[in-house]
Amino acid sequence: MDLVLPDFGLLFWTALVFSILLILLAKFAWKPILGAVNEREQKITEALELAEKTKTEMKAMQSQNEALIQEARAERDAIVRDAKETATKMVEEAKNGAKLEAEKVMSNARDMINSEKAAAISELKNQVASFSLEIAEKIIRGEMSSDEKQKALAEKMAADVNLN
Amino acid sequence: MAWNNVIKTFILSLVALTINSSLWANESAEGAHNEEKPFNVNEMIMHHIKDAHEWHLWGPEHGGTSIYLPILLMDGGLKVFSASHFYHGTPGYATLEKNDEQVSYMIGEGPAAGYAMYHEKIYKLENGELHFHGEHPSGAKPLDLSITKNVVFMFIVALVFLLIMFSTAKHFKKNGAVAPKGIAKFTEPLILFVRDDIAKANIGEKKYKKYVPYLLTIFFFILISNLLGLIPILGANLSGNIAVTLFLAVCTLIVTVLSGNKHYWAHIFATPGVPKALLPIMIPIELVGILTKPFALMVRLFANMTAGHIIILALVSIIFINKSASWGALSVPMALFISVLELLVAFLQAYLFAMLSALFIGAAVDEGHHEEHAHEAH
Repeated sequence: MDLVLPDFGLLFWTALVFSILLILLAKFAWKPILGAVNEREQKITEALELAEKTKTEMKAMQSQNEALIQEARAERDAIVRDAKETATKMVEEAKNGAKLEAEKVMSNARDMINSEKAAAISELKNQVASFSLEIAEKIIRGEMSSDEKQKALAEKMAADVNLN
Repeated sequence: MAWNNVIKTFILSLVALTINSSLWANESAEGAHNEEKPFNVNEMIMHHIKDAHEWHLWGPEHGGTSIYLPILLMDGGLKVFSASHFYHGTPGYATLEKNDEQVSYMIGEGPAAGYAMYHEKIYKLENGELHFHGEHPSGAKPLDLSITKNVVFMFIVALVFLLIMFSTAKHFKKNGAVAPKGIAKFTEPLILFVRDDIAKANIGEKKYKKYVPYLLTIFFFILISNLLGLIPILGANLSGNIAVTLFLAVCTLIVTVLSGNKHYWAHIFATPGVPKALLPIMIPIELVGILTKPFALMVRLFANMTAGHIIILALVSIIFINKSASWGALSVPMALFISVLELLVAFLQAYLFAMLSALFIGAAVDEGHHEEHAHEAH
């Protein structure tokens, strides 16, 4: 029975010791400890927030960079395309120019050849005509060299006329 | 078999100490009462778990080696003297009417004259002897404020508590808000556990701050008492003493009642949802309810800690009941197992006391969201 009957003396000392403990600890232990822990938690929260903020900033910057790179790439593509076009155009133009020139040279040559040919042909004609005349003269001379021959000729001509 | 040898050596040394323990002790000449009594487990265990005016170190209960503690009596002025004046006093004998059992008490000498001690309680002598009524002396008791074993142990607990927490505080004061180091590494998680999982979880985000110092003090006081109390010889059954748990429970009761807001009192004096006709029954029930909660706190801590001490002592006693060291092979592993279990119980009981205190305070400061909370809980 003694076991479950509180002893006044111990109750008194417990009250005294516990009260002193509570006061001393509250003032000199719990306050600084909890204060420091709270402060640290505050710091950690702030640091985490800052990290989060930096992260989003980084992300924004990254997307900005991405956009910049995209833009630069597009610009570069445009420049390259332009250059290519210009080059093609120039080549085309050069080609065309050369063709024209060649054609001109060719036609000139053709004209020259034609005129030379015409000249040559007309000269040949003239020559042939003069040769023919000479030959005809020689033949006529031959034909007219004797009376028999003159007579034969005349007969032949007359035959021809008859035939007509 | 090495274990058996260790146990044998241990027991032999205990026996050797018992024989040589007349250092401080006065071999009271009453051979009839002091000679080889059969080993009384009940008496031994009760002696260990109860408070005493001496710090018994080793040896038999009478004539062993003890430190005598100061006795403070308030009886027409403060009287201070050593308990040795009782322990080394003259024995007195009385026969209980109930069962004709003969009991002995110690009559004080020197400054303790006029008083007698029976079962560690101090009574005034009537005509030089104690008169028994039933099992207890009928004589008047002077107001006993002695520094008993539990009081000394409580001083040690308080000292250890202060040392631990002051050095933790010092660490934070010196280094500012940094990660804990040294002892702070050990105490900080416990402090945060009390703050977050006991105070904040049960009282609520808004109001818990005010109660954290109280809950921390009560948690660590019980925890350190429980843990140090497990140490043989150096430990006392402080947190298993009804006076201590009574005081702690009363503290929680006072804090709860003083914190009670109008919702709390409205709940007691006009329980919502109860017909007016039933209030004459409900109000006394609710008022009793205020007291039963801390009463349960008091009994839970007292019973748990005392039971733990009793089990360990009983298991160790197996050896002495059977008077054979071989029984140590059974009793030592079992006592070890219970001791380890008691380490868990030491934390568990400190947690439960603080948690339930927080729960009661939480109910007292709750802003009348009972329905909502009940709804959330289901």
